[in-house]
Amino acid sequence: MLDTLQRIGAFTLDTLSSLGRASLFLVQVIAGIKSTLLRPRLLLRELYSVGVLSLLIIIFSAIFVGMVLSLLGYVTLVDFGAESSLGVLVSLSLIRELGPVLSALLFSGRAGSALTAEIGLMKATEQLASMEMMAVDPIHRIVTPRFLAGCISLPLLSVIFMSLGIYAGYLVGSVWLGVDEGSFWSQMQSKVEFGYDVINGVIKSMVFAFVVTWIAVFQGYNAMPTSEGVSRATTNSVVYSALAVLALDFILTAIMFVK
Amino acid sequence: MGSSRKIEILVGLFVVLGLAALVVMALNISNLTSLSSDKGYTITARFDNVGGLRPRAKVTLSGVSVGRVTGISYDRETFQAVVSMRLNPDIDYLPEDTQASIYTSGLLGEQYISLEPGAEDEVLKDGSSITLTQSAVVLEEVIGKLMVSLTSKN
Amino acid sequence: MSESFISIRDLHFSRGKRQIFSGVSLDIPAGKITAIMGPSGTGKTTLLRLVGGQLKPSQGSLSVQGLQIPELNRKQLYQARKRMGMLFQSGALLTDLSVFENIAFPIREHFDFPESMIRDIVLMKLELVGLRGARGLMPAELSGGMARRVALARAIVLDPVLMMYDEPFTGLDPVTLGTIVSLIRELNESLGLTSVVVSHDIHETFSIADHVCILAEGKVAAAGSPEELLNSDSAFVQQFVQGKPDGPMPFHYPAPDFSQDLMQGADSQC
Repeated sequence: MLDTLQRIGAFTLDTLSSLGRASLFLVQVIAGIKSTLLRPRLLLRELYSVGVLSLLIIIFSAIFVGMVLSLLGYVTLVDFGAESSLGVLVSLSLIRELGPVLSALLFSGRAGSALTAEIGLMKATEQLASMEMMAVDPIHRIVTPRFLAGCISLPLLSVIFMSLGIYAGYLVGSVWLGVDEGSFWSQMQSKVEFGYDVINGVIKSMVFAFVVTWIAVFQGYNAMPTSEGVSRATTNSVVYSALAVLALDFILTAIMFVK
Repeated sequence: MGSSRKIEILVGLFVVLGLAALVVMALNISNLTSLSSDKGYTITARFDNVGGLRPRAKVTLSGVSVGRVTGISYDRETFQAVVSMRLNPDIDYLPEDTQASIYTSGLLGEQYISLEPGAEDEVLKDGSSITLTQSAVVLEEVIGKLMVSLTSKN
Repeated sequence: MSESFISIRDLHFSRGKRQIFSGVSLDIPAGKITAIMGPSGTGKTTLLRLVGGQLKPSQGSLSVQGLQIPELNRKQLYQARKRMGMLFQSGALLTDLSVFENIAFPIREHFDFPESMIRDIVLMKLELVGLRGARGLMPAELSGGMARRVALARAIVLDPVLMMYDEPFTGLDPVTLGTIVSLIRELNESLGLTSVVVSHDIHETFSIADHVCILAEGKVAAAGSPEELLNSDSAFVQQFVQGKPDGPMPFHYPAPDFSQDLMQGADSQC
C-alpha cells in the first residue's frame, strides 16, 4: 500500500519535472527564432524534410479518407432520403475533425519521429556536444529551425488534406454513387462557413503542429545518448504526440464547436 | 548548388499548394459571409417561444439569407425570449413594422427566422426592436390542439 | 613547474547518486601536454566537460586562464569556448555535411568571411592533418582514423589556445595511431597550444605527455612526469602503469564472498 503511494508520488514528480524541463527547453527554442529567421536557408532545408517529404502520405491518406467518408455517409444518408447532404457531411467532418487530427497523427509518424531520431542520434554521436564546444548553441542551430518548420508545415498539410479529401469525396459521391452534383456543392457551400469552420479547423491544426513538433524535438534532445535511448525516444515521441493530439482535440472541439 | 535550388523550388511549391488549398476552401467549399459579420447592424425581436432556434441560425427575407442570429436570451420583465440578430449592411430598407417568424426548413431541418416587410415609412436601425413576431411552432402543441378539435367535434 | 593554464581546486561533482569527483585538485601547465589518466569510469571525460563548461561542478573552483568557468554566464562561456578546441572520442562530425563543410562550420557560424578566405583556412587545416584530398567526402565514407583527423582539423580551425583530446588513441590501427600521436605533438609545438589528453593507453600517452595525472576514486592518485611515475614506488601506480590485473585496484566489482554467493541458490539472484 505504502509502496503504491510512493510509486504514484514518484511518478507525479517525474512527470512534473519532465514537463518543467520541456517548458524550459521550449523557452530556449523560441529564443532562437530570431537567429533562425536571419538564416532562411536553414529553415528552408527543414521545411523540405519536414513538410515536402510528408506531402505524399498526406495526399494519399486524404484521398482514401475522403472516399471512405463519402461511401459510408451515402449508405447512411440514403436511408433518410438525405443524400443531398452528403457534401455537408464529408466537408464538415474533414474540416472540423478529420483533416486536423489525421494529418497531425500522420505527421507525427512521418516527420515527428524522424525529427526525434535525428536529434537523438546527433546527441548520441556527440554532435550536439561538439557544437557546444565550438561555441554554437545546438538548440538555436539545430532545434529551432526544425521546430519552426514543423509549426509551419502541419497547418499547410492539413489544409491540403481537407480540400483533397473533399474532392475525393465528391468523386465517389457524385461521379460514382450518383448524388446530384449541384446539391452536393450548394448544400456544402451554404452550410460550411469559412470564418467559422475553416478558420477553427486551421487553428486546431496550428495547435497540433505546435504540440507535436514540441514533443518531437524535446524527446530527441532529451533522449538517453544510446541507441536504445534514441529508439525509445522515437516511440515516445509518436505515442505522446498521438495522445496529446486526441486529448487536445476533445478540448478544442468542446470550445469551438459546441454551443 | 543544384540540390539546394531543387529544395527551394519544392518548398515553394509546397507553400503554394497549401495556400491554393486554402483558397479553394474559401471559394469553392465554404461561404465567406460570416467573415463580414462584424459589419451590418443588430436588431432584436421578442418571441413567446423560440423552439429550437440556435445562435448562428439564418435570418431570411423571402428566402434570401440576409443575416444571422447572434444571441438568444430571456427577459425577466416580459417573460419572453429576446433574439438578437445581425443583418447585412445593405439591408437598410426594412420598415419598422416588419414581422419576424420562426420557421423550420423542411420537416426535420433547422429553424430560422423569416422577416416579412411591413408598410411603415420609418426603417429599422441598429438597436431597433421588432414587435410583430410569430413564435416557433412546437409540434407537440399542434398535435395537442388537433387532438382537442378532433375529439370535441365528435 | 611553469605557470598553470588550468587550475582546479577541491572539485566535487556527482551524477545522480554517484559521486564522481570528491576533491580533485590539479594544475595544468601552459604550453605543455598534460595527460589525465585513470581506469575506465573515473570521470576523465567528465573532467574535460567540466573544463568546457558543459557540466557544472557541485563544489570547488575551476579556472582557465584565470577565468572561473562555472561562474561565467552563457555569453562569456561561449566566448571562452571559442578559444578551446575539443577532439571527441567519436569524432562527432556533423553527419549531414561534407568534410570541407564540417571544418568550415565553426568559421561560418562565427565569422562573415568571404568564401575564398574560408577555403584557404580549411585547406590549410586539412593539409596539416594530411586529408586535403578527402575534402569532398561525407563523414559516413571516412574510416575511424580519418574521421578523427578531420575532427582534429575542425577542432583547431578557430586557432584555439587550449586543445582537449578525449581518448584520442582508442580504436585505431597502429599506423593511424602513430599519425595521431605525432600530430598531437606537432600541433602542440607549432601552434604553441596547451594540450590536455585524456586516455588510458599508457604507452602512447607516456610517449608524448610532459605531465601526467592519474585519477582514481574521485581523487588525484598520483601526478608527475612520465619518468617519475614509472619509477614511483606506489603500488597503485605500478599496477596501473604495468597493467597488472589485480592489485590495489580490484579486479572484482564489489560483491559478497564467492562461495557464499554460490551456496545461496537461485532465490537471491538480485
